Amino acid sequence: MVNITINGAAVAVPEGTTILDAAASVGVAIPSLCYLRELNEISACRVCCVEVEGEAKLVPSCNNVVREGMAIHTNTPRVREARRTNVELILSQHDSQCATCVRSGTCQLQKVANDLGVLQIPYSLDLAQGKKRFWTTTFPLYRDTNKCIKCMRCVQVCDKVQAMKIWDVSGSGSRTTIDVSGHRFIKGSDCTLCGQCITHCPTGALRERDDTARAYAALADPERVIIVQIAPAVRTAWGEALGLSNTEATIGRLVAAVRQLGADYVFDTSFSADLTIMEEGTELLQRLRAGDLNEQPMFTSCCPGWVRFLKARYPQMTSRLSTAKSPQQMFGAVSKTWLAERLGLDPAKVFSISIMPCVAKKAECELPGMQSEHGQDVDLVLTTRELSRMIRAEHIDVSTLTGSPFDQPLGDGTGAGVIFGATGGVMEAALRSAYFLAAGALPPADAFRAVRASDKADRGWREAEFDLAGTTVHCAVTSGLNNARRLMRAIDRGEVKYEFVEVMACPGGCAGGGGQPVDGSDREKAAPRGTVLYQMDRSSKLRFSHENPAVQALYREYLDAPCSEKAEHLLHCDHSAWQMPQNR
Amino acid sequence: MSRLSIKTPDRAQTVVEGLYRDVERRISASPPGLCPVDMALSFLRLCHAQTCGKCVPCRIGLGQLTTLLEQVLDSTASTQTIDLIEKTARVIQDTADCAIGYEAARMVLQGVQGFREDYVSHVEHGRCLFGLDQPVPCVALCPAGVDIPGYIALVRAGRYNDAVRLIRKDNPFPTVCGYVCEHPCEARCRRRMVDDAINICGIKRFACDHATDMTPPPSAAPTGMRIGIVGGGPCGLSAAYFLSLMGHQVVVYDQRPKLGGMLRYGIPDYRLPPDRLDADIDFILSTGIEVHTDTAIGRDIPFSAIEEQYDAVYISIGAHNDKKLGIEGEDSQGVYSAVQLLRDIGEGHVPDFTGKRVCVVGGGNVAMDATRTAIRLGASSVTCVYRRRVADMTALAEEIEDAQSEGCTIVPLQAPDHIEADEQGRVTALWTRPQIIGAYGSDGRPRPNDADAPLQCLPCDVVVVAIGQSIDARPFDQVTPVVRGKIQAASDAFVPNTPHVFAGGDAVTGPATVIRAVAAGKVAAANIDAHLGFRHVIESDVDIPAPHLTNSPACGRVELRNRPAAECVGDFSLVKCGMTPEEAEQETSRCLRCDHFGYGIFKGGRSNKW
Repeated sequence: MVNITINGAAVAVPEGTTILDAAASVGVAIPSLCYLRELNEISACRVCCVEVEGEAKLVPSCNNVVREGMAIHTNTPRVREARRTNVELILSQHDSQCATCVRSGTCQLQKVANDLGVLQIPYSLDLAQGKKRFWTTTFPLYRDTNKCIKCMRCVQVCDKVQAMKIWDVSGSGSRTTIDVSGHRFIKGSDCTLCGQCITHCPTGALRERDDTARAYAALADPERVIIVQIAPAVRTAWGEALGLSNTEATIGRLVAAVRQLGADYVFDTSFSADLTIMEEGTELLQRLRAGDLNEQPMFTSCCPGWVRFLKARYPQMTSRLSTAKSPQQMFGAVSKTWLAERLGLDPAKVFSISIMPCVAKKAECELPGMQSEHGQDVDLVLTTRELSRMIRAEHIDVSTLTGSPFDQPLGDGTGAGVIFGATGGVMEAALRSAYFLAAGALPPADAFRAVRASDKADRGWREAEFDLAGTTVHCAVTSGLNNARRLMRAIDRGEVKYEFVEVMACPGGCAGGGGQPVDGSDREKAAPRGTVLYQMDRSSKLRFSHENPAVQALYREYLDAPCSEKAEHLLHCDHSAWQMPQNR
Repeated sequence: MSRLSIKTPDRAQTVVEGLYRDVERRISASPPGLCPVDMALSFLRLCHAQTCGKCVPCRIGLGQLTTLLEQVLDSTASTQTIDLIEKTARVIQDTADCAIGYEAARMVLQGVQGFREDYVSHVEHGRCLFGLDQPVPCVALCPAGVDIPGYIALVRAGRYNDAVRLIRKDNPFPTVCGYVCEHPCEARCRRRMVDDAINICGIKRFACDHATDMTPPPSAAPTGMRIGIVGGGPCGLSAAYFLSLMGHQVVVYDQRPKLGGMLRYGIPDYRLPPDRLDADIDFILSTGIEVHTDTAIGRDIPFSAIEEQYDAVYISIGAHNDKKLGIEGEDSQGVYSAVQLLRDIGEGHVPDFTGKRVCVVGGGNVAMDATRTAIRLGASSVTCVYRRRVADMTALAEEIEDAQSEGCTIVPLQAPDHIEADEQGRVTALWTRPQIIGAYGSDGRPRPNDADAPLQCLPCDVVVVAIGQSIDARPFDQVTPVVRGKIQAASDAFVPNTPHVFAGGDAVTGPATVIRAVAAGKVAAANIDAHLGFRHVIESDVDIPAPHLTNSPACGRVELRNRPAAECVGDFSLVKCGMTPEEAEQETSRCLRCDHFGYGIFKGGRSNKW
């Protein structure tokens, strides 16, 4: 232990503790902006500077550790002046039109400035001009350079967690900003659209392309029948931005709120997650039996960020992806065919909206092969954040809403479909049903829990092997693209061998997705949200995808059997039909 | 009122004069990779502040250029703006009345022509094409990328063994470099913004002189691959060291009786004592390297045999041939090439110059080595003849200073014309043609021209020619084309159109420095390893002490002291004394720890492996 004083009070903290953490441990909060634990400890904003007796200059508290006998002062006139001045300087280069910013209320710059009571900025406003401001309006990721405070978090998350290195520092002097690395443009880059830069941005500099206006326009069109699907992970997070607790933000209220927005039908993507399991699980067994997985595994294809990663970095492995469409796209395809038929709707009039914890889904729904003569299978993707914004815009008081069930027939998902939203969930769900399909008997529902997230795995991925009616299946599960890169390298070099691999681009899976709410607290929420999904699974009556009655009806009435010709046509896709920009 | 008075600068002027010196130091400490347009704008502002205001082009034109350059940086300009900048600068250069104006315009013009693509990128895309690659200036400028802030911190903490272990991750010649490195790392040391560059080289020597641990790191599991290295100088041995650590079986061939190449046969003992050289070589060999000395490829073994015998071959033969003056009398008795002279001494054949008058021709470091060696061989006088000015000599300033303090006379602006000999063919004089320094050449240096003056005679008994080295690549000309005396290898050291031949060092680049040879060996090791299908990682597990939070105030740089010149000239023992512990402590405490402060902590402050 190291003995120090903070504002005169004696404190003992473990060796290696930063000044910031030492102060927090005794309830002394030091404001910071750029700091992000373990990812961005670069003391760039200089807001967290404190006075340390005996040191000539103020000392940033976020990346300097305490030393024996240190006497730290966090609120001296000198510290106060420096902290305020640095925030004023940041504000002089920030477009502070908070009233029109999606991050108003969750913006960390706004909070620090408000906390300090900055009412005037003594410096002249110095915003980027000219072409430096420009950004494409069509790409699903949007960046506003005049809201960027150059904290470097996006660079660090993309470099260290996702290993994509999309962002880099650019320009010089006061014109220094963040731009796409290697003099590329975002549309020409291999950005996977995971959205982790958005969820780690302290301000409104990064956000998804806002599609709410298009959603309102569709909702206002009397000719349109609005069908909404809601992804599993959305239910764990949608209430966060509305100030609701987990117990208040029930699925029923979520459905009711979406109905109030004007949706004609509200369905559960967990249904098509179950459907995905039927197709992907059957495909797995077919490829296993055909010997196709002897050398290289089959990869899950539910996560469009991961698919973009593979297509960008390992295009030669494209054929290893399961051809099954993602649950979002399966739902879209079914909604404009069987469902329209069942409900007596004109598929040409159906407008299919999905609510996703994801930014990459906005690109996925536009891919070649994801449409029919009735237009895109999924017409519009909204992130969880956009949904929350729409609920707020409509002034819906969710806490007073009476819950409403999903519509039928696509309103039921099993526990297996629900856990799609957490890392390992697709794998576990697939194994549950594949076991049944192979052995003809149900395994215990929790037989495959070994693939669930546990404490940090050494190599960045988890592995498990299971016996499927006499065939041993070696599985690997990972999330986060740096982990995916390590796993892929090991597979590519033949250091490891698996038959089935699940990858999710976002750490922790969709629960931690790039489209999920951001609260400005810097707490990683994938794990607690994932836990909620597993609780839902445990309390589900049905925990096997093949037991989903709607799935059974779909096959009985329309598709025949998993991987039938009709199913192949409707529910599978050709991943080689498109290329990432640099491979074109 | 007095008719005249003595001028004394006022307080403001004195302060500004001080700031000028600060700016000079600051510019010299510019990190590599800055935006050239932004720098051009900053220089332009400085120039404009110097304007007296009398003439239009300078008073208004420089200001308007400033505005236009700002528009480029703000990306509110168009390509026409670039043309306007060029035209305006041209007119200012043409019409400004004094150098304040026309030289300012010339700088802008040179920039807009020299890095036009960067102007265009700013205008079209709002982007600069440049950027920092390695944000720590000393590491960025060290060819081998040695972790300099890391080992300085370790020396400060008294952890000399760890300091040397850390250096060896990138450079297996820490001792040699501590004595004779040309230390490019010091050129842009950020400490220059405060006072002066850190004496990095001296600190490294201190670490090596005080380290005691001589156990090499463990080698990787044997790969079964055999690698032949032709030439056991700093380049070949660096490659050998890393390849050996990677688990390959390495065999080194050298034509001389001992390893070390130019380190042993080119650098005099008074700069690099042989036992200090042996310390590094012994360490390298202790990783298990097979050595064949006295074995010349091409003479004793044909290169084709080497090529067949090994899974990969590295040619690192250096540049050991001399260049001739090509003047009359050069074949006289008493004319030596510096390379030959130093090599003979390295091999133990020490000539006696007692009482002789020696002329050394050349202005580089080898010329200084020859000069100081001649003094030690008992010459009655040593004169160094150079065709340019002393300021133009390429030798390190301290080498020139040392040579002069040991009694050598430098005669600048004299070009050798012919060598006069007596009837027995023995040198009697060097005749030189006086030169006048002239216009700047394309290399940015002023050129000497023949002066309108008669030839001069320098009576002497010995002439030592030190005007450069060349490469003897004859044994390899079947393998690789030798262009302008250099072996042709790619930047990854691979020799095109060969199955597994790599080459590097002086033989590829022409005569260079120890640290560049080491860097070439490191590059070759990585690429040979990859070529053989491996990806071994060289890493260091040394933990680096946390930086002190407060830097020392402006403080003079510790320079190494020489033994008294009168004492030095009598022998070949070491001239420079290492730092005292007190000096090392003070000097290491000056390091600003750019690995932790500034951009270093964000990107690339440290790479623990390669």
